Amino acid sequence: MSKDIWIFAEQRNGILMNSSLEILGEAKRLAEKSGSKACAVLIGNNVSQLSQELINHGADIVYLIQDPLLEKYSTDGYSKVFVDLAKEYQPNVILFSATHIGRDLAPKIASQLHTGLTADCTKLDIDEEGNLLQTRPAFGGNILATIKCPEKRPQMATVRPGVMQKLPKEERKGEIIEIKPKISKEDIRIEIVDVVKEIANAVKLEEAEVIVSGGRGLGGPEGFKLLEKLAKLLGGCVGASRAAVEAGWISYDHQIGQTGKTVRPKVYIACGISGALQHVAGDSVNL
Amino acid sequence: MNIVVLIKQVPNTAEIKIDPVTKNLIRDGVPSIINPEDKNALEEALRIKEKFGGKVTVVTMGPAQAEEALREALAMGADEAVLLSDRFFAGADTYATAKTLSAFLKTVSYDLILCGRQAIDGDTAQVGPQVANKLGIPQVTYVKYIEIDGDTVTVKRTLEDGYELIKVKMPVLLTVTKELNTPRYPTIRGIFEAYQKTIRVVTAQDLGLNPEEIGLKGSPTRVVTIITPEHQRETEILTGGTKEVVNRLAEKVLSALK
Ligand SMILES: Cc1cc2nc3c(=O)[nH]c(=O)nc-3n(C[C@H](O)[C@H](O)[C@H](O)COP(=O)(O)OP(=O)(O)OC[C@H]3O[C@@H](n4cnc5c(N)ncnc54)[C@H](O)[C@@H]3O)c2cc1C
Ligand SMILES: Cc1cc2nc3c(=O)[nH]c(=O)nc-3n(C[C@H](O)[C@H](O)[C@H](O)COP(=O)(O)OP(=O)(O)OC[C@H]3O[C@@H](n4cnc5c(N)ncnc54)[C@H](O)[C@@H]3O)c2cc1C
Repeated sequence: MSKDIWIFAEQRNGILMNSSLEILGEAKRLAEKSGSKACAVLIGNNVSQLSQELINHGADIVYLIQDPLLEKYSTDGYSKVFVDLAKEYQPNVILFSATHIGRDLAPKIASQLHTGLTADCTKLDIDEEGNLLQTRPAFGGNILATIKCPEKRPQMATVRPGVMQKLPKEERKGEIIEIKPKISKEDIRIEIVDVVKEIANAVKLEEAEVIVSGGRGLGGPEGFKLLEKLAKLLGGCVGASRAAVEAGWISYDHQIGQTGKTVRPKVYIACGISGALQHVAGDSVNL
Repeated sequence: MNIVVLIKQVPNTAEIKIDPVTKNLIRDGVPSIINPEDKNALEEALRIKEKFGGKVTVVTMGPAQAEEALREALAMGADEAVLLSDRFFAGADTYATAKTLSAFLKTVSYDLILCGRQAIDGDTAQVGPQVANKLGIPQVTYVKYIEIDGDTVTVKRTLEDGYELIKVKMPVLLTVTKELNTPRYPTIRGIFEAYQKTIRVVTAQDLGLNPEEIGLKGSPTRVVTIITPEHQRETEILTGGTKEVVNRLAEKVLSALK
């Protein structure tokens, strides 16, 4: 077994997910602490140009796996090539961002590697023996549990987007290892007929420095117009509590909290929001 | 068509309070419910059965009291209910939970297995995919729409910014979100009939499972500590005339952004 810390470098249409760069930053920190390497596993088709970007964000090694069958994400295709790679190189830790794809892929891989998987972590650490300490909220954000996987390797976790710090992009050196995947059409048991975008301009709340949020106290959708004005003036984004989203005053992609987005702004202005635990859980600094 | 719905009984986490002194969760008096998204899974199963015929079986792994959840599912219209219950199942993480559930599922025939996306207590969303893997069948997660034609299932799988339209052949396991449908309420007659039915109870021995490989002992993950987060805040209340307060607030915001 190696001591290396791996991340799944999730890309969609040739663009790396910001949350993957965040866990890469965390992997680098853990690797430095445990005297090992931070490695990114990049899967797709015609994505080799992303390798250097991963290195510039902290990857010591990039495992590059390309095939036309891996053009689009499929649980079967991606898990097959990932499991083959993990069996060969035996990492100590594998991190996934807890996106819809990460949460689909990680349990499938953990099950195939017969190891544990901790969900939606908000804090990670590593001890002298290389044991990963994984902290995560549960019971609707009412508690924080710290979880270990003492006997099985690799140790696997999904990490909540918006919580970890990505490293600034710098010219760095790293190794790119290209792997020829063993994959055939029969391995993939689903067919993706269509991909439909429903949110035209996905709100970049996770990256905003200023957030102006509204809740039930706004009394109606009109209040959000005012908040938008203020957010614009401050160069920020508009957020919302679940109460405002459920009332239909603003769309779900603005929701902050336990069941919405996790944010790390410098300034958070809450208007007509009571500060329920599940709302405050969306502020990564508080966790 | 044989449809199996995996349901979990959970404490209603919206009603959990923290003891201000001990900082423990106060679980007494917190009602147990069927995990909300599992009800969406059951509702969909009932609709599919109403359209195509077949049988809906609900299965849960849990303590004896999880029978209540199964009775409620029967009252909604499920045909059969199975309780996997044994002290050796206790303390299972998702790996061991999936092992036990799949050991049972291997003993029955199914075309479709439906799960909730995520349980509101454990919050992991891992059990569905892990069961699918153990059974060697495909999975589709975060499903918000299902259509069936022959042995092909067409679903909408939610992504952060839209969805994928996916076709897959049965048998398949789907995990569903609350956008899928609105669960029905049990009828009086349904409730009455639910109490006439027997619930099958299955133990580790019935499934030929080794006690060392299930429950807490068979779980690779260990919870080492649990704390209730405390939010430390410093509060300052600005008072005075509107103009004065607004100016001071603006100063604070601007200085925080420097
Ligand atoms: C499992 C679970 C997950 C959840 N996930 C989330 C989540 O992700 N995000 C989330 O936000 N919530 C979530 N919730 C809901 C959460 O518990 C609260 O119900 C919600 O955050 C309340 O929203 P609110 O603060 O807008 O409304 P309220 O709690 O009703 O607060 C309204 C506030 O507005 C003030 N107000 C009223 N009128 C005025 C006025 N004229 N001027 C100024 N102030 C005024 C009131 O005094 C009050 O403080 C979740 C709940 C559960 C159970
Ligand atoms: C504080 C705390 C933190 C935990 N963190 C982790 C962790 O990070 N990793 C881990 O592996 N385990 C963890 N566990 C254990 C985990 O909660 C249990 O294994 C639980 O039985 C299943 O996980 P879940 O509640 O997250 O279900 P999910 O995987 O979220 O449930 C998804 C669906 O699977 C089905 N399902 C789930 N459980 C059952 C069941 N018992 N019977 C029938 N169907 C079911 C339902 O359809 C449900 O909607 C934790 C437990 C606690 C108390």
